Amino acid sequence: MQEETTKDYLLEMIGVSKEFPGVKALDGVTLRVRNGSVHALMGENGAGKSTLMKCLFGIYHMDEGQIRLEGNDVKFTSSKHALDNGVSMVHQELNQVKSTRIMDNIWLGRFPTKRLFVDEEKMFKDTKAIFDDLDIKLDPRTKIKDLQVSECQMVEIAKAVSYNSKIIVMDEPTSSLTEKEVGHLFRIINALKNKGVSVIYISHKMEEIAQICDEVTIMRDGKWIATKFVRDISTDDIIKLMVGRDLTNRFPPKTNFPADVIMTVENLTAVNQPSIIDVSFDLRKGEILGIAGLVGAKRTDVIESIFAERHATGAIHIHGKKMHFRHPKDAIKNGVALVTEERRATGIFPNQDISFNSSIANIDRYVKRLSILDLKKIAKDTDWVVSSMSVKTPSKKTRIMSLSGGNQQKVIIGRWLLTEPEVLLLDEPTRGIDVGAKYDIYQLMIDLAAKGKGIIMVSSEMPELLGITDRILVMSNGRMAGIVNTKETTQEEILRLSSKYL
Amino acid sequence: MSEKLNSKRIGQFMMNNAIIIVLFVLMVVIVVLEPTFISVRNFTNILAQASTRTIFALGVGTIIVAKGTDLSLGRQVGLAAVISASLLQAPEYAYRMYPNLAQLNPLIPILLVMLATAFFSGINGIIVAKFKVDPFIATLGMMVVVYGVTSIYYDRPPYGAQPIGGLDPAFAKIAQGSLKLGTFQIPFLVIYAIIAVVFMWFLWNKTRFGKNIFAVGGNPEAAAVSGVNVAKVLIMVYVLAGLFYGLGGALEAARIGSATNNTGNGYELDAIAACIVGGLSFTGGIGSIAGIVTGVLIFQVIAYGLSFIGVNPYLQFIIKGLIIIVAVAIDTRKYIKRK
Repeated sequence: MQEETTKDYLLEMIGVSKEFPGVKALDGVTLRVRNGSVHALMGENGAGKSTLMKCLFGIYHMDEGQIRLEGNDVKFTSSKHALDNGVSMVHQELNQVKSTRIMDNIWLGRFPTKRLFVDEEKMFKDTKAIFDDLDIKLDPRTKIKDLQVSECQMVEIAKAVSYNSKIIVMDEPTSSLTEKEVGHLFRIINALKNKGVSVIYISHKMEEIAQICDEVTIMRDGKWIATKFVRDISTDDIIKLMVGRDLTNRFPPKTNFPADVIMTVENLTAVNQPSIIDVSFDLRKGEILGIAGLVGAKRTDVIESIFAERHATGAIHIHGKKMHFRHPKDAIKNGVALVTEERRATGIFPNQDISFNSSIANIDRYVKRLSILDLKKIAKDTDWVVSSMSVKTPSKKTRIMSLSGGNQQKVIIGRWLLTEPEVLLLDEPTRGIDVGAKYDIYQLMIDLAAKGKGIIMVSSEMPELLGITDRILVMSNGRMAGIVNTKETTQEEILRLSSKYL
Repeated sequence: MSEKLNSKRIGQFMMNNAIIIVLFVLMVVIVVLEPTFISVRNFTNILAQASTRTIFALGVGTIIVAKGTDLSLGRQVGLAAVISASLLQAPEYAYRMYPNLAQLNPLIPILLVMLATAFFSGINGIIVAKFKVDPFIATLGMMVVVYGVTSIYYDRPPYGAQPIGGLDPAFAKIAQGSLKLGTFQIPFLVIYAIIAVVFMWFLWNKTRFGKNIFAVGGNPEAAAVSGVNVAKVLIMVYVLAGLFYGLGGALEAARIGSATNNTGNGYELDAIAACIVGGLSFTGGIGSIAGIVTGVLIFQVIAYGLSFIGVNPYLQFIIKGLIIIVAVAIDTRKYIKRK
């Protein structure tokens, strides 16, 4: 093979390593992006793509490695620093000032001025010129809050262009776009390419990779796996490289057996769209049903709709009886419990102790006469939570904030078990929890199912979906793409279903 | 279908302009009950009374757009009023705080108190921007501190805690005089308020600083990522507000003709209420100068108009309070994300 010179590459990240306490997030990763090319960066959630990009932009300090831009060593200290050097990022969650106009956002931090005042005319003209160049048909004076998500994204790309960026990182840019909008985005990307701009394209969507990308780098578990020309590799091979890992001993043996149907859900459709449309399934006693899907597939909306946290139409039957949940309280009364995804934001009361955190969802049951709480019963139930969930804590009076993420999660699951639910809805129950504690949570879920509870688990992690569920419902863009039996399915099939309605 | 759409649109219009509609309805009610309300005299009275309040609201409004608030406004007004009055007592007045002080050009003490309030307000800005103390808490503390400072300055020999009166006529005229245009009389105060409004409008809408205020209030992270010095913008916003409080405070002293350590007490709540009713939001980054002016006027029309038709003053409090709550409740509906 011919030796390739540094000159061929616009950006090189070589041997990048980054360690967080207890986790090696990046382990000698190399990414080399050619001039004027679109380079796909692929890997499962948690493979280290975002961490790698955060190292590029100086948001994280890399422990080892080297970054070269056009052959020169660089080390950015902030996003702004990177921006000024022609490296920009279009975020999945857009960082924009929603209450101001498009052009204010694009020139924020460097407004052109004429004497004392901002030169509105120049701002407008320059913005318009970039928009015309990229074939974006938006009025620069429109406020950001009046734009569609796809239009906000266009604005972010235009902003990157306005900084004369040489490299633009796009993080799942199509996750919220319609097919037509994706077509427009691709035209923009091609226009950028012709100008010699390179794009790092992070996406899960195989068709897009084949369509728009020149090269692909695949990461797994924080390691570099392969870099190939897209024309030389098949979609199936990419998926295999992304997921190839052994699943032995990461999951407890399954001892639960699905029996009779507890809950049926028919034609569940959210009132305020975009959200879920026409989702139907049933849940059995002793079953763990997984809900899989890509970012933006509206997995969480499914269980929020069941729990009446979100307005929805459709029918829910529990034990054959039709339910009319108007408020989460109704769902709780009828034996449904929800453990939310954002443990910090919507789960724990950080400054309160374990006793408070265990009993709060169930407080009505502890009320004695004259609205006085039965403290003895609370203490007894807290003991039950601590022992049966095997929460590692110095005492019941410890503030929950000082426990580890895994132990916090156990307390919260315990809290909901005290309401004696028959159906337990878990949203990303193992997010941000270390491997050992994950095993405990899996064991707990399997034990609960074995005792006859029905469990629905939303997860982004393919291995745990395949490791502990009985069936998997795959969501794609708000619709149900199918339900598969876990024993008979493969990751490839689930990934394919995930992109069914994109 | 089209009818449904139309009624929806009308509903939307009512929602977006609720405050203007409320102001309009109030005026109509007042005029129906008392047709003599429509007169040039009433009109100029309302504007004159609203003018210092407009200046205060412009100051604190800028802070609110930057996602802050300022409870120390009223006490800073008091500080400015007391100091400016003490330096501008007429030479022939018997109870001067500084018996031997020469007669000063009124502009000197006015600039001096503006510097004083800019200093205290700037400290608010530093506490909020650098020490990340919640603006409510930071300015609550400053409110108490400034009251203490004013009282120490005020309650001293030879005359102790006596209202500082006998102001130099040249100073009083600055606030009490008016410009004659044929049969019209435009109070000087209204002219100052108009200048302040125009100045602030240009600052908000036409300058780099103004745009940065909206960016910092609307999304501080986005502003920081784009290279805006968020702390500097915040501190400058508080300093600017302080300058406005100082100016308004001196004008208050001249308007009333005297000052005590309690001058300005509670003004912060009136000013904040006017801003909020005028469409500014505590979430930051939202608001307009026109909104602030409308907010101030609405309260002035209520106070003046309701008194004019003889509504019980205590009932006026109830009406005022309800307007604050209803206005904000309607405004908030625009921003609620539906699930």
